[in-house]
Amino acid sequence: MRGAGRSKNTQNLDKRVCMTNCPTLIVTVGLPARGKTYISKKLTRYLNWIDVPTKEFNVGQYRRECVKIYKSFEFFRPDNEEGLKIRKQCALAALNDVRQFLTDEGGQVAVFDATNTTRERRETILRFAEQNGFKAFFVESVCEDPDVIAENIVQVKLGSPDYTHCNTEEAVADFMKRIKCYENSYQPLDEELDRDLSFIKIIDVGRRYLVNRVQDHIQSRIVYYLMNIHITPRSIYLCRHGESDLNIKGRIGGDSGLSARGKEFAKSLGQFIQSQNIHDLKVWTSQMKRTIQTAEAVGVPYEQWKALNEIDAGVCEELMYEEIQQRYPLEFALRDQDKYRYRYPKGESYEDLVQRLEPVIMELERQENVLVICHQAVMRCLLAYFLDKTAEELPYLKCPLHTVLKLTPMAYGCKVESVCLNVDAVNTHRDRPSNIDVSRLPEEALLTVPDHH
Amino acid sequence: MLFTPYGVVIDSTPAVCGKNIIVKHCFFYELLFFFFFLTVCMTNCPTLIVTVGLPARGKTYISKKLTRYLNWIDVPTKEFNVGQYRRECVKIYKSFEFFRPDNEEGLKIRKQCALAALNDVRQFLTDEGGQVAVFDATNTTRERRETIIRFAEQNGFKVFFVESVCEDPDVIAENIVQVKLGSPDYTHCNTEEAVADFMKRIKCYENSYQPLDEELDRDLSFIKIIDVGRRYLVNRVQDHIQSRIVYYLMNIHITPRSIYLCRHGESDLNIKGRIGGDSGLSARGKEFAKALSQFIQSQNIRDLKVWTSQMKRTIQTAEALGVPYEQWKALNEIDAGVCEELMYEEIQQRYPQEFALRDQDKYRYRYPKGESYEDLVQRLEPVIMELERQENVLVICHQAVMRCLLAYFLDKTAEELPYLKCTLHTVLKLTPMAYGCKVESVCLNVDAVNTHRDRPSVRLTNTHPLSMSVSLVVKKPPRLLSLKGKCASPEPPLSQVLGSLMI
Repeated sequence: MRGAGRSKNTQNLDKRVCMTNCPTLIVTVGLPARGKTYISKKLTRYLNWIDVPTKEFNVGQYRRECVKIYKSFEFFRPDNEEGLKIRKQCALAALNDVRQFLTDEGGQVAVFDATNTTRERRETILRFAEQNGFKAFFVESVCEDPDVIAENIVQVKLGSPDYTHCNTEEAVADFMKRIKCYENSYQPLDEELDRDLSFIKIIDVGRRYLVNRVQDHIQSRIVYYLMNIHITPRSIYLCRHGESDLNIKGRIGGDSGLSARGKEFAKSLGQFIQSQNIHDLKVWTSQMKRTIQTAEAVGVPYEQWKALNEIDAGVCEELMYEEIQQRYPLEFALRDQDKYRYRYPKGESYEDLVQRLEPVIMELERQENVLVICHQAVMRCLLAYFLDKTAEELPYLKCPLHTVLKLTPMAYGCKVESVCLNVDAVNTHRDRPSNIDVSRLPEEALLTVPDHH
Repeated sequence: MLFTPYGVVIDSTPAVCGKNIIVKHCFFYELLFFFFFLTVCMTNCPTLIVTVGLPARGKTYISKKLTRYLNWIDVPTKEFNVGQYRRECVKIYKSFEFFRPDNEEGLKIRKQCALAALNDVRQFLTDEGGQVAVFDATNTTRERRETIIRFAEQNGFKVFFVESVCEDPDVIAENIVQVKLGSPDYTHCNTEEAVADFMKRIKCYENSYQPLDEELDRDLSFIKIIDVGRRYLVNRVQDHIQSRIVYYLMNIHITPRSIYLCRHGESDLNIKGRIGGDSGLSARGKEFAKALSQFIQSQNIRDLKVWTSQMKRTIQTAEALGVPYEQWKALNEIDAGVCEELMYEEIQQRYPQEFALRDQDKYRYRYPKGESYEDLVQRLEPVIMELERQENVLVICHQAVMRCLLAYFLDKTAEELPYLKCTLHTVLKLTPMAYGCKVESVCLNVDAVNTHRDRPSVRLTNTHPLSMSVSLVVKKPPRLLSLKGKCASPEPPLSQVLGSLMI
């Protein structure tokens, strides 16, 4: 859990009481096309980004493995004995994998994504959780807005493996009948009957929430996150500041201003933004000169976030990679060995960055159209959140200068459009060299350093 | 308001998450636009929080706590307790009869008091730069709430209701004991009389109580807190500040507990009179760590959590306790940037201007390549949130950090915060009580240097803002007024703006 000793407190792990660190089993509840899988995937992505090992288990997937070819909604009819049997088996298979993930594989949170619409099914899951020492937290989505449901079906059901053989009308008709199969036996979570359970009931895509018995920190964070996300269409634009004077010199960090080409980029960015005709665009920068100068050229009000400042390279601030290799060869090697967790002496790590960027992500979730003008390491962290990249991949994501990434949430993920604004700039991307051993030669360490003046 | 070569930095008040929001308008004509059309108004509407609930349901407790939290994260907030207005008006409280629904005279006075309070709310939010006002009263009828909504609409305020619903007789009884018996209303009664009268007072409201309803009030923004946080109903959260308020309210609890705050034991750098750094404990510091361990054991604290920073001196202190502890990077001492590990004399020698600027506004001053107290508060906010969730906790931290945490619990202003006395080798035990916090200071009798530097009496005059050039774009300008109740100076007339820009 973030902030909760997942730092270097190794010597006290064996004294830790299991009670506080029980794995959590999140259980979705709701009719088909209510956004359960959308919520499951998004929540999983967020929790993994803040370093809580999380995995989702979609029972529909298990069903598709089992029943190779989907014929029609008839499979889901409540009187289809064969169907019921298979569906129950799939649920149990998924729960088994949940147990393995949480007990044997070091998982902290498992998201059990299925309709779970009957009290009986939820009882089964509760017993399972109790037997295994997991805390259960239900996330129910209730929605009767026909437009939302229709849009849902268009976005994620039509493209489902279940419907590759159908045309649109057939698919929609079949899916609506599928929903009907669940409706009669649907027992929503109830304030009274389920008063001893921990749950959040999301009504009408976030118009209203009912929250019951939040047990601990992680559930509180999950509730906060779920209450901040929305599904209004919008785009997030990410880019770095224009090329800076220190960039040209091949030096990291610092607080320099834009180079001539950087200023050109800022102008291009202004033109690009205007051409996009973005509704109500918010612009965010860090509190460093180079992002502020870039935003100035865009010509609209902007907000400065200290949290968006570039990673603090501590003793290595304003050095060239060659100088770092010279003065701190050991540190340089250690960084290559674990770039995500490595913390510059008197500086920060990518891991620290993620922690300080969490409020930025939370606010990005609340907002609609936003342009974030930031820095290389910062942009990698934000991108990793949106594109579900691992801690391994994050520090090596390519975020070149003078390129804007337009992220548009789509179906269960994010569409990325990369727009290069055709203003030259130095390359600041240093790949991991093949030799990361502390005994390596300077040439081996400097093999992947990009060119500079 | 600060005029820089880049344009105007306007101290817009919604620093809602402690981030340093500076809304900038970079062109001169955009500046005029701002003043004439106040385009920013829409997103920066002040918020009126309205409590709802029967007496003794914790409305004032919530109002005061929320106000304290919002002010700490730099959102100018003030509470307006209608009961207080009533006490000003009706000097002597006789009995519950005043609250009877058929008491015409009582009803009239109570309505006047509500209107007087609303008037002060308007003044605070419109003229005094307030961002959030908490209107603390029962507001149990839909009619009264309608009045308030109309008032808010007329004045361009967003409304957010906070209702507390509770039928647990134990909670209500404890409530009455904690805060009602000591109320000015009951100074002339003994306990039984006071309780009996108060129960009848509650009865006066019960018949006409119309709780917020999922259906009937579906267009309002509100949170309904049921049974002291067992359950919540949240409806139509409109914006960031309401989202933060909901998150905060969902994390606080009233289970009795204590929070212990102390600094690390005396460190080697402490002895040398140097600030910052990451040194280990001195001999006396190690002695303190042992004494701390004994003290903690003697207190017999149930389920104590121990938190430290990620710096050696706090970790070494915790080690002596012999219990598991959690390390928070967020609890690290303030980063003094270029001044790290210097003595005050060296700072005066090498950076005399910085040294003076710091004394002028210690809260907002940011060390070059370092942090300000204001930055500290922002990074400590998750720590505060988790402290609210927890029960018994011992936090072993640092001087500036401890000042920030203490300011939160004891409701100190930004002016006071950087000068709070947090001496080495002293433990502060904070126990929430009634509407505030009881503080017990325990000195563990191990000598240590004094690291407290008071604000010097002679202040150098402010050098011209423009001469400080670009660094000001990164630093917020010094606030000359305290945050509490007042705020940044109101917008200067246009002529003054134009005049300054011509410099």
